[in-house]
Amino acid sequence: MRLLTGNDLKTGAVTWWTGKDWSIHIEEAVDVSGNEDEIARREEAARRVNVPYAVDAEMHDGSPRPSHIKERVRALGPTVRPDLTLKPADPEIGNWVI
Amino acid sequence: MYKYDQYDQAMVDARVEEFRDQARRRLEGKLTEDQFKPLRLMNGLYLQLHAYMLRVAIPYGTLDSRQMHALADIADKYDRGYGHFTTRQNIQYNWIRLEDAADILADLAKVEMHAIQTSGNCIRNISSDHFAGAAADEVVDPRPYAELLRQWSSFHPEFSYLPRKFKIAVIASEKDRAAMRLHDIGINIVKNDAGELGAAFYVGGGMGRTPMIAPCINPFVPLDQLVTYCEACLRVYNRYGRRDNKYKARIKILVHELGAEEYTRQVEEEFAHLLEQGVEPPHDELMRIIRMFEAPNTDQTAPNDIDRSDPDFALWVDRNTVAHKASGYVSAVISLKPVGGIPGDATAKQMHLMADLAKEYSFDELRVMHTQNIVLPHVRKADLHALWTALDEAGLGSPNLDTVEDIIACPGLDYCSLANARSIPIAQRISERFAETGKTGTLGELKLKISGCINACGHHHAGHIGILGVDRKGVENYQLLLGGSEAEDVSLAKITGPGFDENGIVNAVETVTTVYERERQDGERFVDTYRRIGMNPFKEALYG
Amino acid sequence: MADTLRYREDEPVDHPAVTVDAFLDQSNASAVRIEPGDDARELVPHLERLALVEVNFPAFGDGRGYSSARILREAGYDGELRAVGDVLVDQLAYMRRCGFDAFEPDQQLDMDDVEAAFDRWPDVYQKAADTRTPIWAKRHS
Repeated sequence: MRLLTGNDLKTGAVTWWTGKDWSIHIEEAVDVSGNEDEIARREEAARRVNVPYAVDAEMHDGSPRPSHIKERVRALGPTVRPDLTLKPADPEIGNWVI
Repeated sequence: MYKYDQYDQAMVDARVEEFRDQARRRLEGKLTEDQFKPLRLMNGLYLQLHAYMLRVAIPYGTLDSRQMHALADIADKYDRGYGHFTTRQNIQYNWIRLEDAADILADLAKVEMHAIQTSGNCIRNISSDHFAGAAADEVVDPRPYAELLRQWSSFHPEFSYLPRKFKIAVIASEKDRAAMRLHDIGINIVKNDAGELGAAFYVGGGMGRTPMIAPCINPFVPLDQLVTYCEACLRVYNRYGRRDNKYKARIKILVHELGAEEYTRQVEEEFAHLLEQGVEPPHDELMRIIRMFEAPNTDQTAPNDIDRSDPDFALWVDRNTVAHKASGYVSAVISLKPVGGIPGDATAKQMHLMADLAKEYSFDELRVMHTQNIVLPHVRKADLHALWTALDEAGLGSPNLDTVEDIIACPGLDYCSLANARSIPIAQRISERFAETGKTGTLGELKLKISGCINACGHHHAGHIGILGVDRKGVENYQLLLGGSEAEDVSLAKITGPGFDENGIVNAVETVTTVYERERQDGERFVDTYRRIGMNPFKEALYG
Repeated sequence: MADTLRYREDEPVDHPAVTVDAFLDQSNASAVRIEPGDDARELVPHLERLALVEVNFPAFGDGRGYSSARILREAGYDGELRAVGDVLVDQLAYMRRCGFDAFEPDQQLDMDDVEAAFDRWPDVYQKAADTRTPIWAKRHS
C-alpha cells in the first residue's frame, strides 16, 4: 500500500492522509495508491500540508507500517527518547520501528 | 566579550522583522515552499524528520550566562526542555513551530544572539578555538578576527546565494582545536619573524562526501587586509564554483579542479583589484573589537595547589581541565557525554546550572566546543572542587574529555531527514561498553566520531576511529574508518572494509582498541600506533 | 507581463539587449544581456558604449549575477543595470546593494512588499556597489 505523508505547515508536525484530513497518527492513514499525486497537489496548494510525498507501507497488526525505517522513525519519534514519541508508555514500540 | 552597539542591535532586530514578514507571506501562500526554503534556512530553520528544527549560532563558541539562560528558556518555552550542541558551535532545537520561529528569534535578539546564516548556501557561523583567550599556547585571541568576519559576512549582498554552504574557522595557535583545515576557509593567525601578526589562509578543506584537507594558499595576509582577502576568495568561488551538481559545488572541488596554484592566482588577482575598492574596515574598527575581548582580570596570587584527596575529583581534574595562560587558573570542560547519554544534548535545567556556574566561577563566560561539550574557560584552581561537586550532582561531571567515551555524534536517523542510519544509539552502546570494561582510561586519547550519513556532520573522516552509518537495502549498516584527525596532525580516515550491524560495530570498535593495546609503544596514542603499523593488523583482527 | 521597476531618471533604452558574444562581435549595440556563466569583465573595455546591461537570473538561487553586477559598478559602469528573470522580493535589497537599479521580474511583485524590502535594513555591514555607508565607517566617522 501507499501512504501520503508530509508536515503541517504551521507546526511542522509529521502528518498522514486519512482520506479526508491529516492526522499525526499513522494508524489513521489510508492507502492512496494511484491518487497520491492528485491529493498531494490539491492539499499542498491549500497549504493544509507542506512537501507531501507518498511512501510504501504494509499492514501490520491492523495498522499501516512504512517499509522504510526512516518513515517509521518519522511516524513515531526519536528511538533514543521514548518519552518524546507518540507512544511513550509502550515498551514494545521500539520493535515496531527497528 | 563582544557587546552589540546600537548598529548591531538594529541589524538583528531588522532581521527578526524580515523573517516575521517572510513567515507571514509563506503562511498566506505568497511564497512557495521552494521560494521560502532558502529564506528560512538562512535563519536556521530546517524542516526535519519530526518538526521544524532551529539552529542558533553561538559565534566563535562564546556565551555569557545571560545568553545561556536565554537558550535554556527557549528550550522550555518553545521546545521540549532540551537542546543539542552541534559540531560547529551552534545549538539546535528539534521541535519548533513555524508560527513561533520569529518570536524565538526576537527572544534571541534581546540577548544579542541570532540564527543568521546558520544554514543555506551562504557564509555560516564563524567558528573558533574553544579555549581562545585562555589557552596557554595562543599567539593572540582569535575571536576579534572572527567577530570582524561575522559582521562582514552577515547579510553579505554578493555572497548570499553561493554555489553551496561556506564555513570559516579562525584559530591562533599551532594546536588546532577547531578543525581549521577541514573548513572552506581556515584562518590561522600567526606571527612572522618580524613579530608582526598576519593570517595564514587555508582554502578548500571540508568533510562531506569528498573529504579534503585545505592547502595553504597564502601564509601571511596582513591583518588590515583580512576582509578584502576573504572577499577575493569568495568572489572567485561565487563566480566559478560548480553549480551543475550539488555534490560538486563546495569550494574544495573548485580548488581541487583548478589546482591550488591556479585558484590562488585568481584570488590574488581579484585581491589586487579589491584592494582598490575600499572594502576593508579601518584599523580602528578592529581595535574597537579587540578591546571588548579583554583578558579576564585574574587573581595573580591564585594558588596552584589542588587538594587531590578525593580520587573521583582528581580524575576529573586530570581528564577535564586544560592549562590556562594565567597562573592559578585552568579551563574546565563540562562533558555532555555521560555514559549511555546522547552526545551534545543538555536539558534546560542543565543549561541554567552551567550558566550559574559560569557566573560564579568563570568570569561569566562559557564556550561551546565543536566536540559537543561546554567549557568554563577561566576557573581558579581553588574553585575546582566546588565546581566539580555541583556538576557531578547534575550529571555533568563525566571525567572523559578526549577519551573513547567523548564521542562526537550527529543527530542521525533519530532526528535528521538526511540520515541513513542512527548515530546516537551507536554512541550510547560504545560508551556503555567501554565504561563496563573499564578500558576508557587505559586507552588514553581516542577520538571517536560518528556520522549517520555521508554528509559527515559527525566528522567521521576526522576520527581516530570513525563510524559512518549507511543504508543497506533498508537496513542500518555501519562502516568503520581508522586514522583520521582534525587537529594539527590533520589526516583523513580510511575505511577498514565491509560494514557491520549495530552490535557488530560496537564489537569492531572494541576489537581495534585491542589491537592498539597489543601493539602500542611508549606514549603512543591510538592514532599514532595506527600510523606506525598501518591498516593490516586491524583488518586481520576484524575480518581475518 | 510583470511591471519593470526602475530607479533611474534617464530614458530607458528602447532596443533589445544582445548576448555578450554578439555584443563583442558588433559595434553598434548599447544594450547587452549577461547570462550566469558569462564573464562580466569582458565588457569592461567597452563600458562607454553601454547604456543598459541586463543580468539574467534564470533561477533565484544562482548568485553569479550579484558578482557580475558589482564587477561592472567597480569598473565604473554607470548605465542601467537591470536584474531580469526569477527576481523575487526577498532578493531585491541585496541586488540593489550590488548595483542593480532596475528589476524586470518574471512574476509581478507586490509593491507593498517591494517597498518593505527596500526599507528593511537600517544600516549595512559592508561596502558594496551602492552609496550606503557601512556601519564600520559610521562608527569611526
